[in-house]
Formats: sequence, C-alpha cells, structure tokens
Amino acid sequence: MPNPSPTKTKPPDLVDAAPVSTMSVVAPAVAWLIPGAGHLIQKRWGRGILLMVSIVAMFLLGLAMQGRVYKPNGGDILDILGFVGDIGAGGLYIVTRAMDWGHGAISHATADYGTKFLIVAGLLNFITVADAYHIAIGKKP
Amino acid sequence: MTITLSHFSSAILFSIFASVVFGITQRNTPRDMVRYGLYCFAMFVGGVIVAGWVMWLIRR
Repeated sequence: MPNPSPTKTKPPDLVDAAPVSTMSVVAPAVAWLIPGAGHLIQKRWGRGILLMVSIVAMFLLGLAMQGRVYKPNGGDILDILGFVGDIGAGGLYIVTRAMDWGHGAISHATADYGTKFLIVAGLLNFITVADAYHIAIGKKP
Repeated sequence: MTITLSHFSSAILFSIFASVVFGITQRNTPRDMVRYGLYCFAMFVGGVIVAGWVMWLIRR
C-alpha cells in the first residue's frame, strides 16, 4: 500500500492530544469553584462527596483555628505563595474574602496551623481540578 | 467559633483529609484508592512520630 499523502499526517505532538469537549472545560472550572463538584457533575458520586467533605472540612477547620487568609497584594514573596495556595479553594476563598473572615490571630498558637490548613485545602483542590479534567478527557475511569 | 487543637490532633486531621484526596486522585480503581489512602495516612502519621522522636533526641 502506498503511504498516505504528507498533508494528512499529524505532527507527533498532536497525535495523542486530548479532544476538547464541553465537559473537559466545565468540569475543571466547576471543580475549582466548588471542591468535589467536578466529580459530581460527571456522576462520580462517592469520590465527589469524599473530596468535597475533605477539602471543605479542612478549609473550615483552618478558619475556625483563626488561620489567616492571604490577599492578592501581599507584597512579600511568601505572602504571594500563600495567596496562590489559598486561591485554589475557589468559592470558599471568594466567600471568605467577601465575608471578611480569616484575619488570623497571632495570640493563638494554633492560628499558624489554621493558616496551613487553609493553604493546603486550596492546594488539594488544585489536584482535584486536575483529576476532574482527567476524568472528563477519558484518561481516568 | 474558635477551635483549639493540639499539634498532634492537627496533624492527624491533616493526614486524614490529605490521604483521602491523594487516594482518590492518584489511583484508578477503588481498591487501589483505599490502599494508597491508607498508605499515605500511615506515612503521614509515621513521619510525625519519627520527627517527634528525632526532635526529642536533638533536644537531649
């Protein structure tokens, strides 16, 4: 058999590219805004509820421990990194800032633990967003 | 509402939540998810205990 014409062959980097579907865009966005919801809209009920409970509980515990929520214009490099972690929590971060919670209390020794809980809850949600995307493109069952 | 947790109870709660997320997101089958989640939890808690003993030895 003769080889197909060169114009029909794809470049190597595009051969295995994931198809762009509505779900592959919506699921990560929803997953970021509401932790676990990216799995729920794809009918992964058990996983979605467990992720939601874990991340929301961690974030709320951080707030209850008087943790500090970082603002975008922190100035210091560590404050910027803290903000990057916090923003991962999506809707939780937005609501917290809107309600003016999360000022942090240096008088409490556990407030620093709370700050770390808030950051890690956001970082865990970034992993959840990536997982929701992988499910949407069929890379993961 | 203010919650005051000890360092150890904070570490245990941290370990539980992080292990759940790691287990679900890093493995493909439910059985592997549970196994990896338990492995992560054991590593977290084991690491806390080992680090505690190391700090105790350094302090002596």
